[in-house]
Amino acid sequence: MADAAHGAGLAKKGGGRPDGYALFFRLPMVFWQLAFFIGPLVFMIAMSFFLVKNYRMVEAFEFANWAKMLGRGYFWDSFLLTLGMATLSTLVVTALAFPASYALAFKVSPTVRRWAIFFLIVPFFTSYLVRTFSWYVILAESGVINAILGFIGLGPYIMLNTKFGTIVGYMTLTLPLVVILQTLSLAHVDRSLIEAAHNLGCGRLRTVFTVIVPLAKVGLIIGAVFCFILSFGDFVSPYYLGGSKPPTLPILIIDTTKSGQQWPRAAVVAIMMMITLLTVAFTAIALAYRRRVK
Amino acid sequence: MTDDRAVRWILRVYLVLIFAFVFAPILASVVFSFNSQRFPTIPLGHFSLQWYDAILNDPDVWAAVRTSALVSVSTAVLATFIGFCTAYTDYRYGFRFKGAYLALALLPPTIPLIILALAMLAWLSKIGASGHVWSIIIAHTVLCAPFAMAVIRLRLQQMDRNLEPAAWNLGASEWRTMGQVVIPFTKPAIISALCLTAAVSFDEFAVAWFISGLNKTVPVMILEIVTGNIDPQVNAIGTFVFITSITLVVIAQILIMTREDKSGAQT
Repeated sequence: MADAAHGAGLAKKGGGRPDGYALFFRLPMVFWQLAFFIGPLVFMIAMSFFLVKNYRMVEAFEFANWAKMLGRGYFWDSFLLTLGMATLSTLVVTALAFPASYALAFKVSPTVRRWAIFFLIVPFFTSYLVRTFSWYVILAESGVINAILGFIGLGPYIMLNTKFGTIVGYMTLTLPLVVILQTLSLAHVDRSLIEAAHNLGCGRLRTVFTVIVPLAKVGLIIGAVFCFILSFGDFVSPYYLGGSKPPTLPILIIDTTKSGQQWPRAAVVAIMMMITLLTVAFTAIALAYRRRVK
Repeated sequence: MTDDRAVRWILRVYLVLIFAFVFAPILASVVFSFNSQRFPTIPLGHFSLQWYDAILNDPDVWAAVRTSALVSVSTAVLATFIGFCTAYTDYRYGFRFKGAYLALALLPPTIPLIILALAMLAWLSKIGASGHVWSIIIAHTVLCAPFAMAVIRLRLQQMDRNLEPAAWNLGASEWRTMGQVVIPFTKPAIISALCLTAAVSFDEFAVAWFISGLNKTVPVMILEIVTGNIDPQVNAIGTFVFITSITLVVIAQILIMTREDKSGAQT
């Protein structure tokens, strides 16, 4: 009855051609995103065909930038490095986050879980740049970690300008978000299925991998996809902690843009990044929602 | 059962380690900012306010703080307005292409900032809107509106579907219902969205770095300092940045949490 009334109310006020009131709320986002989000992205695609003459961009439709960038070994070196590092980061972060998410979802009270998520959201909105700089000081050859290791007669280890440094930076960026997404998806797993598995004599680890992981698959994959996107697009960690030799694609974009005004070539790199990310994201989502084969 | 307890404790220790990793750089930055050494290590030097002294007397820092404050407050207001409109549209209306409408609203955070930075630099230069303080506000609003939309949409989810029709039946116009029913109900989420978007804008550096021209925000200034050399001033500025954004985020989250409690009391 209440539903019917509410349906009628909505039909009266909400259906049909949108009036001024409806448009007032509908249009600001459309206008803003078309002008300042879709506009820039479309223009960037067009720009990849422009030419640069005497340090000035000339509108054109030439494939020179594409041929120039894709024909160079250093672009593909960067591409493979970025792809490899983002994949490594995704695997490491997913694996390291899982036990923590498992603990938060199943081994602590709901109050603790809520506070834990609260504290994991905080760093997501704090300066990633300053946190990276902090790691730079902590990981340095004469930094805090090597000083502590020195007391027990180890080291010093070189951690900066290595792949290890880059991964620590990527983890700083992605770990909190991945733990949150994994925890939320694990918390939604039906407990009775887990108990059923236990009652049928399924061991703990086997329950985790044959019952819990498949049930929480979508959330786990979405977490991994976000980790990949963030790592793939980050320039701070590979630059400050990884030494940027060779540069990753985001660093290549910065170098190409900031020196020599080669914006069209930077656009080629950016478009290649978008294509890669879309491919990875759609593959992963197809994998996540693939019907389980019996 | 002892096996079970052992696993439980191992997992708890693991959780503590994960949280230690997440908060180590934040705490380290705060500790180093009060440390006298130029390059902090263990054992720490003595307590010192010299880095704070240095930034307080640096007019460039003050200029950056002013720019950042202006940008994040303006962005917060614009993004929250757009986010509110989008959330309300999604809550109330069904229409053709609504899927595309929502995709347009929520897509920006999935695109790497460096790509958006390049695209916005090129586009804003093309239309003659690059290099100003308001250029940063325009770009940050794109990045922040989805967060505002999400926070406000969650709150609207808790609003009784019959509340608006009830007000209309009692003779209130749609606009009056908006002002006296919908907005008061969503107020905690609106304030929360203002804080969150301000925090996101206050910390964003990639897009701001590309399009700000000479109008540096605080994170852009940090980026330029750390590119040059190791300067512990960064820790002092960083601590200031952390305190600002953590305060905003904590206010936002407390409002989200009390919102849940209140809605529990209402039902």
